[in-house]
This record gives sequence, C-alpha cells and structure tokens, in this order.
Amino acid sequence: MKNNVLIIGGGPAGIEASAQLQRLGYNVILIEKGSSLGGHLSKWDRLFPDGVHADGVLSSMLKNMSGVKSFTDTQVKSINRLDKSYNVILSNGISVLADAVLLASGFTLFRAEKKEEYGYGIYDHVITNADLEAYFSIGSDSRIDKPKKIGFVHCVGSRDEKAGCRACSKVCCATAVKQACEMKEEFPDAEVYCFYMDLRMFGRHYEDLYLKAQKEYGVRFIRGRVAEVSENADGSLQVKAEDTFSSKPLKVTLDLLVLMAGMRPSDAGRRVGDLLGMSVEEDGFFAVRDSVTSNQRSPLPGVFLAGTATGPKTLPETIADARGASMEIDRYLTDVFPQASDYKKLIREKW
Amino acid sequence: MIYEGKQKVWSDYQKDIPDDHYFYVRSCIRQSFFPASEVTFLDITRNRLGKDIFETEHHTTCGGIAYHSDTIPQETVMTIIARQFALMAKNGYENYVCSCITSFGLYCETMETWREFPEEEARIKDILWKTCKLDFAKPKYLIHASDLVYKYRNLIAAQAKHKLINVKTGKPLKVVEHIGCHYSKMFPSKGVGGAEYPYVLVGMIEAWGGEIVDYPERRHCCGFGFRQYFIKGNRGYSLSNTYKKFESMEPFHPDLIITNCPGCPYFMDRWQYVIAESTGRTYGEEGHGIPVLTYEEVAGLVMGYDPWDLGLQTHQIDSEPLLDKMGIEYDPAQKYAGKNGKDIGSPICPTCLK
Repeated sequence: MKNNVLIIGGGPAGIEASAQLQRLGYNVILIEKGSSLGGHLSKWDRLFPDGVHADGVLSSMLKNMSGVKSFTDTQVKSINRLDKSYNVILSNGISVLADAVLLASGFTLFRAEKKEEYGYGIYDHVITNADLEAYFSIGSDSRIDKPKKIGFVHCVGSRDEKAGCRACSKVCCATAVKQACEMKEEFPDAEVYCFYMDLRMFGRHYEDLYLKAQKEYGVRFIRGRVAEVSENADGSLQVKAEDTFSSKPLKVTLDLLVLMAGMRPSDAGRRVGDLLGMSVEEDGFFAVRDSVTSNQRSPLPGVFLAGTATGPKTLPETIADARGASMEIDRYLTDVFPQASDYKKLIREKW
Repeated sequence: MIYEGKQKVWSDYQKDIPDDHYFYVRSCIRQSFFPASEVTFLDITRNRLGKDIFETEHHTTCGGIAYHSDTIPQETVMTIIARQFALMAKNGYENYVCSCITSFGLYCETMETWREFPEEEARIKDILWKTCKLDFAKPKYLIHASDLVYKYRNLIAAQAKHKLINVKTGKPLKVVEHIGCHYSKMFPSKGVGGAEYPYVLVGMIEAWGGEIVDYPERRHCCGFGFRQYFIKGNRGYSLSNTYKKFESMEPFHPDLIITNCPGCPYFMDRWQYVIAESTGRTYGEEGHGIPVLTYEEVAGLVMGYDPWDLGLQTHQIDSEPLLDKMGIEYDPAQKYAGKNGKDIGSPICPTCLK
C-alpha cells in the first residue's frame, strides 16, 4: 500500500511538490482553501525578469499533476499525531491518514491600508502591486485613468519595524521595476517614479531589468521613503518623500500611486500550524529544523515545509524549495516506512 | 476619496471616554488667546448637559511650554504633573480632562514613561512627597477636553439652535479640521481616530451639520511648533508653515477652520493677517480671512451663545461672514463692549484683510 502524503496549500509550492511526489510513487492528496489552484500566481499577469505570462507557467505546472487527488474549497478541520502518521479530518468530511504532511500554505499580502499615511482604501488613485497585476490581466480598473505621472513605493509592509515587518520581502523590488516598465509600455508618455530604500536586484538578469528600466523606459529612481500621501482637489495625489541622494525633501503630484505590498505569513497556514502546535520565528513565518541544511523540515516528525510558508521567496526559489521538500519527504518515508522502497522500485521498473 | 476607508481607520482608533465626573485643568495660554473657550466648555458641560466637571484654583501649568523649549528638565515636568494628579485624587476624582493639547501630550508622555520605567514613577513619587507632602494616583482615564465634547456631540446637536449649514443655500458649511500635533501624533492610540485621519473634530463637524474638507496639507503643523515661534529668528519658518497650509486649503473654499489646540487657532488666525499685509493674499470670500475657531466656540455658536460672549471679537479674522452663513443674529455695536458694556477699544483695521 502506497504511503499517503497530504499537501496543504495549492499554490506553486504545493502544486510542484505534489507533482514531484506523485512521480516518486506516493499517493498524494492536495487541499486548497480557495476555489481553484494556483495561489497568488493565478492572479498575476507577467513575471520578472523576462515578462513570461503567469498563466502559461501555471498551466504547465498543473499539467504535471496527473494522478494527484486535489480538493479545492477544503481546509484542515483537525489533525492528530498517531504513531508514525497523522490523522487528518478535512472540512469536506474526508479523513486522511497521512504518513507525511507538507505545509505549503504560502503567504498573505501585507494589508496596505495598515500604512495609513499612504491612504490605500481612502484615496481613489492609490493601489497595490496585486491590483496592478489584476489590471494588466483584466485590462480595466476605474482607479487607473490614463495616468501621466505614476509612482511606485517599495517596501510597503517589509523592512518596516513600525509596521511590524522587519524582514525584506525579496520580490517587491524586481516586481516594482517590472511593473514600472509595463506601465511605460502601457502609457508611454507617463513619467514613472520608483521610491526605494535600496534596490535588491539579486537574481539572475534582475540587474539587467533595472538598467533597462532606466535606459530604455526612462523610469526615475528616487532613493528615499515616502512620508505621506494626500489628495488634491482634482483627485490627484500629493506625495511627500525624501530624496536621500540630494538630502532634500520633495513633493510631487501623481495621478497614480502603486504600493508594493510585501509578504506576510498566511493566516490559513498559521491556523493549521496552531492545530499542529508548530512554532513560528520572530517574523511570523514557520520555524525550520535547521536554517542551512534542513530548510524544508519542521521540528515535528513527518511535517515538512515548502515555499513562502518559511519566508518570502521568488517563484523560482519556491519551485526549487518544493522540489527540495519532495526529496526530504521521500527520504523520510523511505527511512520510516521501509516498504515504500518496494513499490517505488516497481514504478521505476515501469519507466 | 473613499469615505468608508476613513470609517475603517476611525473604527480602529476609538478610546474609552467616561460619561461624567471629571477633574478639569485649564491651559496657560488658551485663557489669554481665547478667554471664553474654557468658560464655555464648563458652562456647556455643567449647566447645559448637567455633568460633574470639577476644577480647583490650586492647579498650575503643566510645564509644557518650558519643557518643549528645553528650559526645564523632564523630572521637573513629571513632578508638576504628579502634583496635578495628586490634586485630582485629593478631590476624589479618577477621570482627568485637560484643556490644552500640549498638556495632553505631556501627560501621555509622562504616563508612558512611567509605564516603561516604573522606577521613574517611584522616584517622582518620592520627589513630590519631599517637596509638597503630596501623594498621587494616576488617572484612570486621561482625556482631552475635545474628546469630551466629541463624546457629547450628539447631546449638543440635540440642543442646537444653529447648525453648520449655510442658511441661504441650505448646503453644509465646508469645514477644515486641525488637531494639535500633540493630540495624537505622538501616541496615535490616545486620540479619537488616530493620527493620520483623526476623527475627534470630524465627529463634531458631522454631528453639527458641516462637511469636512480634506486638503493635502491637512496633517502639516499650524506653524506654532514652539521653537519655530519662540525663537525670534525662526518666526519666518512659523509663518511659512501656516502659509503652506492656507495655500493648500484655499482651492477647497472652506467656510471655517475648527481646532483643538491652544497654538493652532492663534497662529492660523493671526498669521492670516501677516500674510495679507505682507503679500496682499487673503483666503476667505471677498477679501476676508477664513475664521479659525476653537471647538468650544463652535459648540457655543451651535448652542446659541452670543458670539461676543464667546469672545469671537478677540480673533483677528472677522467671524461675521460665518455668523451670517449660519443665520446667527448679533449686535455689531456690542462687538467691542466688554463686561457690563465697558468699551474695550477696537483694533485698527488692516490694510488688505477685511
């Protein structure tokens, strides 16, 4: 009898891990609280640094899930540790005896309205990075009306102790630069400003994207934080910031302001974590067994972690992390359940 | 502007304001700047609304002006405040309400200091005992007087003789609100509505029929800022702050500015005169300024007090255009008549400002 692996979370990490573990021969059950798989990726339009379409990436990932039993609109109702396994009761009434559990619960976008001084949800033309991706996908948003001056605010809800989010969200810089270029493509006459603390363009080709934004698109980068946003009588926005290169405060009128909301721990993930009694670190993301050599193992036996459940990651990092978690689970199941080697051998012979 | 978004923020910053039984302390400078405001507050709360608001002649300044001018140390300020609290306890009260925003900020700062550093509280207790033979108890509730008027805003509206509505057009008056920096900018949770979108004055404006004006420099300092004004060489900076605010609000054509701080109404009122005389620029209708009133004065107008009993003649900016809009009758001949009809003299008319 094959070993059951329960994957909690149907975003990129959960999808990738389910595909990998299914191919390794395990019986994989994936649950997702939302009504469809894909997580935040399903709401994104294009991806940095090359601008590939997110729906194409998601489709190809979903194609690899053949054989995985997935349940949407489903959450964990209760979970109890048995001798070697976990007895899990799902909200759809199904019980699963899981020999390994992978928590791929993802992240929640920082609620930009918490940065009250930026006026998200109060001023008509203040939106978030997620809103802008939805605009790129759908093609309309009443808040985006042929803007002539557009601003991007980096680090909204990340690297901000006042907002209770000290950690860097990693993806916001590259996303902002990508979106700034896209807005220049959409509105070529618009002036686009990026307000940043320092640009963390760490990935392959990210620096190229940054240079392209300056040279080809004419995006203006201002090193300094936005202090406050107000609304003028005509509905445009007055933005006060500091230009730390010239050591001067500046005030600029914009037609649209995009807040780069950072990654916060998933509420749903925390709920499952509480059921399991899992510990979190100071940043609110799940603790791992060893931050260097066991990043995908939780302190609990048979419970593994993948993707942004353990902190902000880019999509390639998330996929790589899911593959790493799959290998960890495979090693664990092979060690704890020796019979797993037998049916896996049969599967290899079929290949 | 998305009003529901503001409502969400307001709901996050509510504070407990007891309904009755307060120990009241006055402001040093408000009694000079706007002499009728505190009297009006006491009359409304005690005689119109039947509340128990106690004050004693033994209370002093909080020391705020000296503290913010760096002329006395924090220990001195904390001891003065401890003495005020001792008077409150001695008279059997637990709820403390102060008239001044600077004081309110300083009380909040002191209470937070004592919460963070209990040894400091113990030290001040010792100093107070040695110097005054008094013991103090911290207030159960620390409230600014505008919080209390906010709390009573609907009771005041129920007794309203006039509303913040233009009687000629039937439209709500456009009202700018300005909170003192020390009301909630230091401790957002201590102010009704927080620091970014404070609700304490907005609530009054809405309850009394007016329409709030949210202009870009709403959060900016009035120009008082202690050192900006106290140091003579900095006064241009004080003036430029006020100028920035008026330039920003002018496109919205406000009928009235309502404030809850001692310095704000004073500087926003007086600097309009200086701006007009030095640049010829005025911000109200037909060469007038925009009236800047305290919340007690506005409450008094709403409840039908005589404008001259409220001390509106002590303002630089004429309040008559506002009174006309609200349909309030007044006797121009009595404007500069003091107590018992005494002639208090009338100011020389400015050149540019009507």
